[in-house]
Amino acid sequence: MSNNYFKVIRSGINSTFQDKGRSNLYHLGIPFSGAMDTRNYLLANKLVETDLNNPVIEFAYQGPLLKYIGEKISFTITGDVSFKIKSKTSEIDGNCYETYEINNEDEIDILSTNKSVYGYLSLSGKFDVDYQWGSCSTNTKSNIGANNGKKFQNGQIINISKINKNFNKKRINYTNTKIEKIRVIKGTNFNYFSEIAINNFFKKEFKISKLSDRMGTRLEGPKLENINSTNIKSEGLIKGVIQVPGDGNPIIMLSDHGTIGGYPKIGVVISADYDRLVQLPSGSKIKFQQIDLSDAETLFKMYEMETQNLLNQI
Amino acid sequence: MIKNILNLGDAALYCDFGQDINREINSYVIKYFNKIQQLKIDSINNITPSYNKLIISFDLKKIKYNDLKNLIEKIQIDKDETLNKKILEIPICCEEPYSLDFYRLEEKLKLSKEQILKNFFNKKYFCYMTGFIAGMPFLGDLDENMRVQRLETPRVKVPKGSIGITEQFANIYTFESPGGWNIIGNTPMKVFDNSKEDKPNLINPGDTVIFKEINKEEYLNYE
Repeated sequence: MSNNYFKVIRSGINSTFQDKGRSNLYHLGIPFSGAMDTRNYLLANKLVETDLNNPVIEFAYQGPLLKYIGEKISFTITGDVSFKIKSKTSEIDGNCYETYEINNEDEIDILSTNKSVYGYLSLSGKFDVDYQWGSCSTNTKSNIGANNGKKFQNGQIINISKINKNFNKKRINYTNTKIEKIRVIKGTNFNYFSEIAINNFFKKEFKISKLSDRMGTRLEGPKLENINSTNIKSEGLIKGVIQVPGDGNPIIMLSDHGTIGGYPKIGVVISADYDRLVQLPSGSKIKFQQIDLSDAETLFKMYEMETQNLLNQI
Repeated sequence: MIKNILNLGDAALYCDFGQDINREINSYVIKYFNKIQQLKIDSINNITPSYNKLIISFDLKKIKYNDLKNLIEKIQIDKDETLNKKILEIPICCEEPYSLDFYRLEEKLKLSKEQILKNFFNKKYFCYMTGFIAGMPFLGDLDENMRVQRLETPRVKVPKGSIGITEQFANIYTFESPGGWNIIGNTPMKVFDNSKEDKPNLINPGDTVIFKEINKEEYLNYE
C-alpha cells in the first residue's frame, strides 16, 4: 500500500481501469478494449493535466464510492454523471467537466450516469496499475489488464502516485449530445438479407437490450430475415460491425468484442457515431441510416476536429 | 492471392482470398499477414487472418481507406516461401466429466465411442487461425464422417480447456466462455498464457497439432 490511495467502499456495477486500448493483437484473439467513449476519456485526462494516455476509472450506470486516503489531490469526472463529494464537514453535488480538490478521508460517491451509460474519473496523479501489451485496459472476459483483469471489488485498495502538487482548478462547458440515428455503411453480407429485412433495418426502430455490455450492443426490433445463410465462414471483426445471428436480432460489436465471428454483417457503424452509440442506455430506441464511405470519412474528420477544439479549450 | 479488397466500415480493409477453405488459400492469408506485420505500417491497428480473409483495421486519423488499399495492393509475397511451422502435441482426456457431448456425438455421427476416438486421435490437424477468444485455435480438417453441427442451444459456460468440434473443425476453449461446439474432451495444458507478453499463444496459424489421449489420472497429475 502506498501513502495515497482510494479504498473502494462500493464497487459499482462495472468499474474498470481503461486507457486508449491495445492494438496489433487481434490475430491472437485479444480485443482492442480501451475506454468506450474516447472523447470523454480524453477530456477527463486533459482536465487533470496528465498524459492523455493515462489510466482512468470507467464506470457504467452506478459508479463506485471511493474513500481517499493521502495528501491533497484533484480529480474530475466526465460524461453525464451525478456524484457527490463528501468531507467531514460538507457534502456537495459535483459537476462534470470541473476539477475538485479532495483531502485525506474525503469520499467521492458516484451515484449514476444520467440517460447514458459510461462515465470517467481521472486524477492529477497516476493510478498504480499493471500494464499488459502496452495498455492497462481491463478486459474482464479474458482477465487481461489492470486489477488482474477484473472489475472493482468492494474493499479493494487503489494505489496512487505522482501527484501533481501545483495543480490549478479547471473546467469547461460541455454537454454531451444524444444520438437517435446511427449512421452505417453497408456490410459485406448485405445481400444475405431479404428486401423486407433491409427495409426494416433502415426504417423501423430498434431497442437496446438489457444484455448489452462492453462486448456488444444487442438490439430488439423487427427480426431481420436472412435469405442466404445464417452463418458465414468465420472471419475477423472490428468495432462497429453489426452481425445478425440466426434469430434475426442484430448485435453491434463494441470495444471488448470477440476478434472473430461467423454471423453475416449487415452494416458497420461509422467511426464518428461510435462514442455516442456506446452511451445509449438499455431501453433506448434507435434508427439506422445508410451513408457512403466518403461521407463517413468527412463526418469523422468533423467529429475529430470538434474533439480537438474541446481539448484545446482546456 | 487477394482476389478483392472492400471496405468494412470506414476504418478497415476486407481482403478476400476466395470462397473456399483450404490450406493453400489459408497459407496465402498467413503470408500476407506476415508480410504486412513486417512492414510495420504505423496507421494499421490490427490485422486479422482467418480461413480465407484478412481484415486490416486502421486509424482513420492517420490514413483513409483508398490510400491504404493502394498500399496493400502493391505488396508482393513470395508464393513459394515455406512457412515456419511447429508441430505440437496436446494431451486430452475424453473421460467423464470432460467429454460433455459424447452421447450426442454417438447419436449424431452414428458411430461408437471407440470409433469416434480412433477417428479423432488418428489425425494431424492444421491451425487455420486463432481468435474469437484469446488464443483459441481453429483446427482442421475432421473427416467427413466426423462432421456435426453446433449445439441447437449454445452453452452459457463451456469449461476452460474444453476441446470442441463442429463441421470440419476442432477448437480449444482457452477460457471459460459461452459456446456452441460439441465438447469431446478437455486438456490440462495451458494453450494461452497471458504472462507471456511476447508469445502468449501456444498454437499459431500454420502450426500442426496432434492430440494425444490421456486418462483421468494422467489429466489430474498433469504438470
